Amino acid sequence: MSQLYDLCALDEIPRQGSRVVEAPHGDVAVFRTADDRVFALDDRCPHKGGPLSQGMVLGHRVACPLHNWLIELESGEAVAPDQGCVRRHEARVDNGRVWLSIEG
Amino acid sequence: MKKQKLVMVGNGMAGCRALEELLKIAPDLYDITVFGAEPHGNYNRILLSPVLAGEMTLPDIVLNDFDWYRDNRITLHAGKKVEKIDRVRRTVIAADGTVAEYDRLLLATGSTPFIPPVPGSDLPGVLGYRDIADTEAMIAAAQSHRHAVVIGAGLLGLEAANGLKLRGMDVTVIHIGDWIMERQLDRVAAGMLQKALEDRGLKFLLARHTEALVGGESGRVAAVRLKDGMTLPADLVVVAAGIRPATGLAESCGLHVNRGIVVSDTLQTVTDPRIYAVGECASHRGTAYGLVAPLFEQAKVCATHLAEFGIGRYTGSLTSTKLKVTGIDVFSAGDFTGGKETEEIALHDPAAGVYKKLVVKGDRLIGACLIGDTADGAWYFRLLKDQQDIREVRDHLMFGESSLGDTGHAGGNKAASMPDTAEVCGCNGVCKGTIVKAIRENGLFTVDEVKKHTKAASSCGSCTGLVEQILASTVGGAYKPTTAADKPVCGCTDLAHGAVRQAIRDNKYLSIPAAMQGMGWRTPNGCTTCRPALNYYLISTWPHEAEDDPQSRLINERAHANIQKDGTYSVVPRMLGGLTTPAELRAIADVADKYAVPTVKVTGGQRIDLLGIKKADLPAIWADLGEAGMVSGHAYGKSIRTVKTCVGSEHCRFGTQASMRLGVALERMLFAMWSPHKVKLAVSGCPRNCAEAGIKDVGIIGVDSGWEIHIAGNGGIKTEVAHFLCKAGSDDEVKQIAGAFLQLYREEAFYLERTVHYVHRVGFDHIKQRVVDDPENRQTLYERLLYALKDAADPWAEQVANAAKKRAFIPIRLTEPVSA
Ligand code: SRM
Ligand SMILES: Cc1cc2nc3c(=O)[nH]c(=O)nc-3n(C[C@H](O)[C@H](O)[C@H](O)COP(=O)(O)OP(=O)(O)OC[C@H]3O[C@@H](n4cnc5c(N)ncnc54)[C@H](O)[C@@H]3O)c2cc1C
Ligand code: SF4
Ligand code: FES
Repeated sequence: MSQLYDLCALDEIPRQGSRVVEAPHGDVAVFRTADDRVFALDDRCPHKGGPLSQGMVLGHRVACPLHNWLIELESGEAVAPDQGCVRRHEARVDNGRVWLSIEG
Repeated sequence: MKKQKLVMVGNGMAGCRALEELLKIAPDLYDITVFGAEPHGNYNRILLSPVLAGEMTLPDIVLNDFDWYRDNRITLHAGKKVEKIDRVRRTVIAADGTVAEYDRLLLATGSTPFIPPVPGSDLPGVLGYRDIADTEAMIAAAQSHRHAVVIGAGLLGLEAANGLKLRGMDVTVIHIGDWIMERQLDRVAAGMLQKALEDRGLKFLLARHTEALVGGESGRVAAVRLKDGMTLPADLVVVAAGIRPATGLAESCGLHVNRGIVVSDTLQTVTDPRIYAVGECASHRGTAYGLVAPLFEQAKVCATHLAEFGIGRYTGSLTSTKLKVTGIDVFSAGDFTGGKETEEIALHDPAAGVYKKLVVKGDRLIGACLIGDTADGAWYFRLLKDQQDIREVRDHLMFGESSLGDTGHAGGNKAASMPDTAEVCGCNGVCKGTIVKAIRENGLFTVDEVKKHTKAASSCGSCTGLVEQILASTVGGAYKPTTAADKPVCGCTDLAHGAVRQAIRDNKYLSIPAAMQGMGWRTPNGCTTCRPALNYYLISTWPHEAEDDPQSRLINERAHANIQKDGTYSVVPRMLGGLTTPAELRAIADVADKYAVPTVKVTGGQRIDLLGIKKADLPAIWADLGEAGMVSGHAYGKSIRTVKTCVGSEHCRFGTQASMRLGVALERMLFAMWSPHKVKLAVSGCPRNCAEAGIKDVGIIGVDSGWEIHIAGNGGIKTEVAHFLCKAGSDDEVKQIAGAFLQLYREEAFYLERTVHYVHRVGFDHIKQRVVDDPENRQTLYERLLYALKDAADPWAEQVANAAKKRAFIPIRLTEPVSA
């Protein structure tokens, strides 16, 4: 069962940056890429739980701030040779606003 | 638009590396067709030796299996030898009649063993040593026959002889020269190597010439007759008398050939620009190489031109050799014989089987030849390639990199003899076995590749030297040491740091997108290596003009605090010169109470660290500290960190100078200075040096007559004592000299190069000339620094003041869900 939220205006997330969302099950990181797409992942790196929201956004990937694992924003999968996956959530932009649906 | 057609003739190590490089940068540019005379995919030819020795199996040494060609949509004609090139119709024709058209053609046909024209050289049982077929034939012969003769005692011959011996044959090596491996070793070294091999049961006949190979009734070779009349029984003769570039095909279609297919610095044949040649078949500036490291460099450059990037020139390589006979370490590089105006440093311990000869010319190492202990081969080769000034380290040279007081393991160990379980990378807990496995299974050739696959040497880097040795001992001379100066910034570009800095200056790039655009970056947004580097190069080259992109800074600099393992942060307010006041301490105490800060610590930098702070609290805490007049300590930045001071003449009974006063003045002057890496200063009031000025980027020590300035010390991973630069009479003079040095460092160092590594690279004299001997230059450097630093703002105050910036620290609280 998932809940849909009207999160914020797109401009409230820095381009190639992110914001943290306090969700019931824990923090969710919402990323805005250079091409103005948005993606949402749980804010816990599959490696050692690093806060992905604090990482650098590269194309449609984010580099974890703690030990530099690369995570695919689309799928939440770690980029080889690293292995692991973080839960993703549906996020989209609709006339200037960011919508997030969180898997309960 | 229709894809162009690329055809490659020769499916070996150089050619396939060129294709790999090409696919990395221009995956869809060509329809690629490959012809290979051998019925296999590309394999690691180098490792045929361990295969013959029974240490590896053929499957172990495959580099590109058939799936690889399929996955990359490459048409592979394995087992089809190309016999004709029609340059008019632009087609190649294989022995079986297969025809392929090309827009561009890549020749990578390698070499063929040179078989001297002696009678009987065509008998069954007479082999060269080049490919899988030869190796299998030798292995088969070893099972059914007894006597083997190897003609030629070069690298190849000795590795063949060793392998056959291990397979139980009785092996004699015949050599024309007066000593073995004369192209890589001097007489002493060769003597020791021969002894070591004789101890393993090999026999040698030196300065002998083969007259004929004699056949038996079976029709197979049965004996070898020498010019001096001596005859040796031989059921197997391996001829390793050198190789000849495979140029027949090229000649037949009229390409200019002169001991190799003659190519330009772009690896294009001088005759036909549509046709490229790489590898052992190519002759570049008169040299045809016989080791893979240079061939891989050629492949990389060739790929960039095939990709129509037009960047990169191949200008030739220095090579080093390593004999791959397990348990016997031999390393040789550069000019190991020397001559007049060269000096030799030698160490000879026959009992221990160790011989090291280093050839020095002026202040440069030009050659090395090592037997028994090759642990430092990689280091010597680096010094050689970099043309590094060795004056400073000369006394230690012979004793290796580890003797330079490296607290890490670099050079300290004999990689080859380490057990697989030994830990190599302390940071990431990677042991030797894991690394060797990764190198073999994934066909790795560079330290960077090993870093990616194993994480070894990817953190503090102090084990890089050891990883290099493991590479060298696993893949032999195939491994190519990279050097700061020629190494590309990262996978996103082929340009090295120096070239990038230059381009930013010449083209006045003012933003990261502009820079990446202009320099043809491969990736849209770069990576965590190049973006912070570019950002620094931009703002340091064009202060007040280039845009400083927070998203291209690593998290600590973006958050203006140090992230910690649990995602909380630490806050370190600046305390100029380590001095504070009751009011500041009160404010810190209040903050610690108000925000329930779990840990308050006095740092090694003479100030106070508040650890374990939630990101959301940062702006409020900064605001409170700001109230009390405190600003960012930049404990998180590649920037000025601290200026430590001792008590000095203000109070100390020994003090000769006012160290606190100068320290505070320096730290104020340098406030908010961004730099290639962090910068730390210290000022001591007398030579007792209680502020530890001896291990700082700039260390200042008071003496009766004024101040002594020391530079390029380091107290971290690799402790380095600072070097005395010059003396100064007044505080102002110190500020000018220290400022000028730091500005030179800011303008010339590569990103993440501490002053110690920068000065080591450019040489101490370079600094002295520009900062000490040339007062005008010193002054202009100093002024450029002051200009860059003028009206520097406190980043904390900026975050607090700017609503948008502040928002980034605060999490979004969820409102009511919309009923979907
Ligand atoms: C807080 C402090 C330890 C302490 O409690 O004393 C510290 C903490 C860290 N040091 Fe340090 N260093 C601290 C003084 C030092 C010193 C001593 C000094 O500055 O006098 C050194 C040796 C001197 C030197 O740098 O030459 C030192 C050499 C390092 C190094 C190795 C640098 C090198 O080039 O070898 C690193 C790793 C790096 O920077 O890449 C490092 C990295 C770090 C980092 C930032 C690791 C990281 O990236 O997270 C640590 C942050 C811990 C945290 O969670 O906040 N720290 N670090 C000290 C802060 C000083 C300050 O007030 O700003
Ligand atoms: C036993 C052994 C040990 C070695 N050890 C080391 C070492 O320790 N360190 C090191 O650096 N180097 C070593 N080398 C040398 C290294 O293997 C070569 O430098 C490297 O393989 C050359 O690569 P290449 O692509 O130029 O030629 P190759 O790898 O030989 O590839 C050329 C390919 O082209 C094919 N070919 C030729 N003509 C045609 C044609 N007309 N049509 C179709 N296909 C054709 C050949 O069959 C061959 O497969 C060793 C070599 C051997 C044999
Ligand atoms: S504070 Fe410095 S020395 Fe201590 S663990 Fe962290 S990086 Fe290592
Ligand atoms: S926690 Fe993310 S890389 Fe280690």
